[in-house]
Amino acid sequence: MTFPYSEKVLEHFRHPRNVGKIESPDGTALEGSPACGDMVGVNIKVDPDTKRIKDIKFESYGCASNIATGSIITELAKGKTLDEAKKINWKQASEALGGLPPIKVHCSVLAVEGLRSAIQNYEERHGLVKEQKTTTVEVVRKRLKKVMNPLSGLDLVRTELVKEITVNKGAVRVAVDLPAGHQFASNIKDEIMEKIGPLWDVKTVEVQFSE
Amino acid sequence: MIEKTVYLDNAAATRMDERVLEVITPYFFETYPVATSEFGYSLGIEAREALENAREEIAHHIGATGEEFIFTSGSTESSNLAVKGVALALGEKKGRHIITSKIEDFPVLHSARALEKQGFSVTYLGVDSEGRIDPDRLRDAITDETILVSIQHANQEIGTLQDIETIGRICGKRGVLFHTDATHTFTRVPLDSKKIKVDLITVSPHTIHGPKGIGGLYIRKGTPIAKWMDGGFQEFNLRAGLENIPGAIGFAKAVELVTPEENEQIKVMRDHLIDRVSAEVPDTTLNGHRSKRTPQNANITFHFVEGESITLHLDMRGFAVSTGSACFSRSLEASHVILGIGGDHERAHGSIRFTFGRYNTMEEVDAVIDAIAEVVGELRKISPLVKN
Repeated sequence: MTFPYSEKVLEHFRHPRNVGKIESPDGTALEGSPACGDMVGVNIKVDPDTKRIKDIKFESYGCASNIATGSIITELAKGKTLDEAKKINWKQASEALGGLPPIKVHCSVLAVEGLRSAIQNYEERHGLVKEQKTTTVEVVRKRLKKVMNPLSGLDLVRTELVKEITVNKGAVRVAVDLPAGHQFASNIKDEIMEKIGPLWDVKTVEVQFSE
Repeated sequence: MIEKTVYLDNAAATRMDERVLEVITPYFFETYPVATSEFGYSLGIEAREALENAREEIAHHIGATGEEFIFTSGSTESSNLAVKGVALALGEKKGRHIITSKIEDFPVLHSARALEKQGFSVTYLGVDSEGRIDPDRLRDAITDETILVSIQHANQEIGTLQDIETIGRICGKRGVLFHTDATHTFTRVPLDSKKIKVDLITVSPHTIHGPKGIGGLYIRKGTPIAKWMDGGFQEFNLRAGLENIPGAIGFAKAVELVTPEENEQIKVMRDHLIDRVSAEVPDTTLNGHRSKRTPQNANITFHFVEGESITLHLDMRGFAVSTGSACFSRSLEASHVILGIGGDHERAHGSIRFTFGRYNTMEEVDAVIDAIAEVVGELRKISPLVKN
């Protein structure tokens, strides 16, 4: 019988390494959404002097490829400097796992994105962003694509819940097409703050709901 | 200790019964010719008689006669013929509107979509949170243009039974033909064409330990239906092609072998699984109706975890089940049935379908519950959706 997964994938799926959360992490990210069927959370602890990843843990809601890739990237990234870890790509993760089925690329890319986002999150929090790109409406919109609309499980932008974005001298305002009293309003607000707040030139974030 | 694979995907296909194999074998090696007319040679006449007997026996189980039952290659073909055959027969004469439901199985759903491309209009009725059609909404959806209502007897994924008696009555009063896909109920749930006003019924033995590659369609006498598989004059000139005589013989035997006692046993296993899981595994949702469901189906969502991971872990422990998760399907689309009953994607991704059959035992049911409780527990430990 031919199985779609390599022995290595199955091994990591059965016994995922570095699983869980880190108490007060230095960098954190959550990628994907339940609607896509896959989510990966990555937490890192970084040595402030050497800028090496001291500890890394992941969480996964997803299929075998997703779990196995999450597991392997923690192994690949541990002990590396942030700059080295940033360069880990899907191909390396896939090779380290002895190959992944092509149809499962989407599920496995997510873990790699999770690692990069966690590093980015660390850099933003510690003022280490090298190319300090000015935050524009487009930058904000791109970030909002990672905020989930719990009503559909898809992101805010795709489900057209974002009515308007304005950026004015570090003040970001996001108008959301939901009443303030909506059951998910506060969740959505928290998530928007979390995604936009760390941008280096953003001073305030305001989330406005419709009447 | 269970050593062989515990197979709990009997809605997809079943292990064939040895007694079926026994009766079909002579039709490969002895009575192998085509079914000839009564003026043919002896072996061919014998083959024809066997085919007609099988037809008669199966038809009898739905309160019909042999003339009202044709053999096809399976339930997919039966439903295609029912929906497209009626459309072809009545589209010009009567109207071009068809009613079905959002949670139908693909043969009906995709036949309806194909007809839409040819200018037919289709109403896809929604269902309630347990998967039931509201007969009042069906009544309201019928127009003068409506030629066919196709509503399944039971759902393929969640096992919910529809009130086909009421639906049949409504259709009868309005002079609209009614087709039901009974793939998942035939012989498991009573269905009598004398008592229920239904014009077309899709059936198949692959779900009841019969052979694959054969199915049937009940066609009430006088139902307008057009042939679309062209060729010879087989099957009352409604479906051309060499008859699958071993398949037909096996189909009839499979029907004969299902007993009310077996259905009761299967139902006991179903209820045991549903009760134990809901008592022992936190954060689960039963998909479908608690009592108005087929005896063989239990479909449960295990929240915060993804179905392909569950099925793979179970497979490695020797259990075969299926899931409505996108990751498991060839199309990478989440179950349209779970979404149709108002579930979100997370509910579809975490849904597991257990379907029981003749060869399952209570010991196996307990073993799969133990295994799934453990697997779900492990997967939840690594899930970001679990808030601690």
